[in-house]
Amino acid sequence: MSPEDLISRSAEKHGRERKNLIPILQDIVRENSYLSEEAMVSVARELDISPAEVYGVATFYSFLDTKPLGKNIIRICKTIICYMHGQDEVIRAIEDRLKIKLGETTPDGEFSFLPTNCIGHCHKGPAMLINDRVYSSLTPETAVRAVEEYI
Amino acid sequence: MSEKITLKINNIDVTVSAGATVLDAARKLKIKIPTLCNHPDICVAGNCRVCVVEQKDSGALPAACATPAAEGMEIHTNTRRVREARKAVISLLLSEHNNDCLRCYKNGNCELQELATEYTVEADRYISILKDYGVDKSSPSIQKDDSKCVRCQRCVRTCANLQDVSALWISGKGRKNKISTFMDKTIDYVVCTNCGQCVNRCPTGALTEKNYIEEVWGAIDDPSKHVVVQTAPAVRVALGEVLGCETGSRVTGKMVTVLKRLGFDRVFDTNFTADLTIIEEGHELLRRLSEKLRDGKDVPLPQFTSCSPGWIKYAEHVFPEILDYLSTCKSPQQMFGALAKTYYAEKAGIDPADMVVVSVMPCTAKKFEAARPEMNSSGFRDVDCVITTRELGHMIKQSGIDFNNLEESLCDSLLGAHTGAAVIFGATGGVMEAALRTAYEVVTGRAVPFENLNIIPVRGMNGVREASVKIEGCLSKWKFLEGAELKLAIAHGLVNARKLAKQVAEGRSPYHFIEIMACPGGCLGGGGQPIPTNMDIRMKRMDAIYSEDESLEFRKSHDNPEVIRIYEDFLKEPLGKRSHKLLHTRYTERGRYRTLNR
Amino acid sequence: MDSSTRERRIAEHKKRVNLIFKKCVWDDFLDRALEMSPEDMLEKVKESGLRGRGGAGFPTWLKWKFAREAEADEKYVICNADEGEPGTFKDRAILQEQAGKVLPGMLVCAKVIGAEKGFIYLRGEYAYLLPALSQEVENFNEKIREKGERFSIEIKLGSGAYVCGEETALIESLEGNRGEPRNKPPFPVSEGYLGKPTVVHNVETLVYASIIISEGPECFKSLGTSDSAGAKVFCISGDTDLDEGIYELEMGMTIKEFVELFSDGDIKAVQVGGASGHCVPRKKFADTIIGFEGVPTGGSMVLFNSSRSMYNVLHNYLEFFEEESCGQCTPCRIGCQQLLKGIEAVKSGEKPSEYLDDLVKLAGMMKISAKCGLGQSAANPFISIVEHFREEIMY
Repeated sequence: MSPEDLISRSAEKHGRERKNLIPILQDIVRENSYLSEEAMVSVARELDISPAEVYGVATFYSFLDTKPLGKNIIRICKTIICYMHGQDEVIRAIEDRLKIKLGETTPDGEFSFLPTNCIGHCHKGPAMLINDRVYSSLTPETAVRAVEEYI
Repeated sequence: MSEKITLKINNIDVTVSAGATVLDAARKLKIKIPTLCNHPDICVAGNCRVCVVEQKDSGALPAACATPAAEGMEIHTNTRRVREARKAVISLLLSEHNNDCLRCYKNGNCELQELATEYTVEADRYISILKDYGVDKSSPSIQKDDSKCVRCQRCVRTCANLQDVSALWISGKGRKNKISTFMDKTIDYVVCTNCGQCVNRCPTGALTEKNYIEEVWGAIDDPSKHVVVQTAPAVRVALGEVLGCETGSRVTGKMVTVLKRLGFDRVFDTNFTADLTIIEEGHELLRRLSEKLRDGKDVPLPQFTSCSPGWIKYAEHVFPEILDYLSTCKSPQQMFGALAKTYYAEKAGIDPADMVVVSVMPCTAKKFEAARPEMNSSGFRDVDCVITTRELGHMIKQSGIDFNNLEESLCDSLLGAHTGAAVIFGATGGVMEAALRTAYEVVTGRAVPFENLNIIPVRGMNGVREASVKIEGCLSKWKFLEGAELKLAIAHGLVNARKLAKQVAEGRSPYHFIEIMACPGGCLGGGGQPIPTNMDIRMKRMDAIYSEDESLEFRKSHDNPEVIRIYEDFLKEPLGKRSHKLLHTRYTERGRYRTLNR
Repeated sequence: MDSSTRERRIAEHKKRVNLIFKKCVWDDFLDRALEMSPEDMLEKVKESGLRGRGGAGFPTWLKWKFAREAEADEKYVICNADEGEPGTFKDRAILQEQAGKVLPGMLVCAKVIGAEKGFIYLRGEYAYLLPALSQEVENFNEKIREKGERFSIEIKLGSGAYVCGEETALIESLEGNRGEPRNKPPFPVSEGYLGKPTVVHNVETLVYASIIISEGPECFKSLGTSDSAGAKVFCISGDTDLDEGIYELEMGMTIKEFVELFSDGDIKAVQVGGASGHCVPRKKFADTIIGFEGVPTGGSMVLFNSSRSMYNVLHNYLEFFEEESCGQCTPCRIGCQQLLKGIEAVKSGEKPSEYLDDLVKLAGMMKISAKCGLGQSAANPFISIVEHFREEIMY
């Protein structure tokens, strides 16, 4: 589906009212992992609002990225509790496996590896999300194995 | 009758209407509470927290601007806790701020600076967290320097509440919070009308006009250049504010004198071309009406005025489908430039290549308008340099001239005579009134049927106003208009303009003629006018405009002797061939949602 | 206490306090609830002493009463499942295991205030709950439609913004805006979602409301203290040797009792209430009550043993806030950045240790002058950690 079609379908589904801006942006991100300039302009057009407004709303939310991201997004919890249970080693293991640093995207566009705030698995830290799925009680080994599920 | 509420502020009883805030109540008692994000023209934000006060039985300090007054409330505005909190807030703002005040264009007219002085704040109380921002100088009109921004969001609310443009929005979260255009692109690139209302309301130097003061001095200092200046009608009722006069002072004669003293070779008046605009635009309207009502042609009606460059760019972006409804008349500023470099150059025997046309405008959008590529019908760029009322104020201060004790003088001739009809261009409804004074007389041979030519129904500050004029006793040429009711509408502020433009776009506009001014109050509230602005200030400027009108000998554009002369000597007839070339223009479809890739 | 004693005590407690996670069949609950008058329901909730479980502790019945008395053509009930406070994960567990008690809670609230529409605002991080929860909601909507009720529930997903847990920020987000808290008053009970009276409740509050309506206020009221009635779901993490994480405990316990139950004893501090909560040092364990009369909590209890650096803890929390502050108001946007920069500067020696005193003053100012509850509480960990672990911050 072309981005234009995706957006107009999403706007159709949710309704072209201002209050539905976020669900529409979420649909785009689900499909394309981020909000491109063209996508934001199209959404603005669909809802008859300014593109700056769409950009302003998008940049408020951590999961509505406006810069290109990989196909799979790994978000590792950076909160203190996960840190206390060995998040550093897990980060290093994933960095080594993907040959990128935290915050980067692999050159082939397959993975983005991002820090995120608490994902609600503190009793089973370190924890991370890959796309919508949660992985907890990570060790360097289990973390790498989890990442490899997506390769 | 609305409900009354009594509360105590600093142990003094005060009664206000329901809906009033603590800040309103304090002001009623003449108790000053400092504010920063608050501005009377736009909605309440309650963000900056400079206006915190102490409320009895509340541990927290509420923001006076955002707290509704309540019965029995006890407020204290000057306690240790309040002073310390305010001081801390101001210190925090300074820690995020580019404190290079000496090199700031707004130095001396900055609300943050004023607060810092008042509260004796040390700039280095906290660690500087100023981020490295570039200055956006891309627009010919507006300059944006994020390092001076306090995130009060007045600009965002102005652009949304008053102008319906939303070129600016808040982006990011937490420490990344800032004011952004779409994708932080440069201003010249996004949908911005250059109206400058954000500049008028920016408390600091984050949003300013792009200033051309040095360019103007440069032209004056260049002996090979013949520098002429024009001043727009709204400048003369506001310039005094930056030079120590009371708000609403009329300084026309002194302004002419000072311009001559500054070294301009000729001091002319945009009012001259405002009168000319009325002749051209009035005839254009009559032509459209004839073609529609007499010939039954499908002519775009209503006709929109086209003097306001903020409105023009807004229409080009947001309502490209109604561009044919816009009068093709250039704005008075651009008519002036084209005539200065043709008609005047010819009469005075000056090579237009050596001429520099400077405009003093109440407007930032005029800077963009002058830079439009199509504005070169004289064979040169018609208007070379546009400065605002504020910039002229700076120049006068720099010159050391004692403005307030200057004698008055008159503009130079050829492009200097004007009528009251031109003066009222500076107020919302003024173009409509001026056009009616002329058009009615063209059609009927009689003056408009309003006492003393004052067409009161089109005046005022309501956002959208409508009026109608019944045409009776037409001259034979205009018989088809006999008994017709001319339906008129006026809007100022683009949020109001949108309502009328939308009707036209949807084919349901009941009007024949619509005046639009992009700025609240019209040009008198323009983005280039002295800061601050509020309704009270704008009303005083408006009163000054109408009293200037009444003070003048001629009050109808077609009575302007120099206008009569230019038609005899040069233009020949309204809407004629020369007019078409020099005084009329075309518009560019820009779109609101073009794909923004450069 | 040896571990077997601890296990036994925990088991005993679990037996005594078992409201939320009790396996029970609630088929007839809806019928019973729908027979009750709104006045009766309101009275029961009032009688129970239930206060909001998100942390702020506003009396639930009072919210209902205000929204009920507000005149409007439409009203809304919102279930706040934007559980973003670091160290908190109870709402996730409740939604996974006991959604069947959350949804009736929303219905009950709707009946009392006169709402026909409810939303669950689910944080984006919990998107994986969506399939099961959607099914549950669909079934519920169907069931109550069959019973002739006009109320229905819709799930809205967040997109990663901590501040949306603040109720007016949540409403802004539901309206499609940046999640920036509003000025209060007006409170959501009079002007909330789309300007209409709206009650926003934490997931847990709604479950307790269900239980109170179903089983009577006594089952709740008989637990806890007079200020902090009932039980509460706690999320236990950090240096604990128990891996379960979620416990429903009676309110009014001291931290000493708590630490004895959930750790091996080597605990130097407990962060109560998440990043925006208070850090309680060992010397205060015995006389600090967990509850509204002592340290209130939305449920997060993070234990730190003697090997942990409280500088790291504070640094992590401050990084969190400078990022997750919505940024609209000065005290929170710049204050959080200054606290973070400040402890770094003191640590590195760029600023003298006395600078901490300036920062404590600043934190105090943030507490009283920030625009919203989150901004006001962002300074809590700073104030308590600097007060009790000043040396760790300095050296």
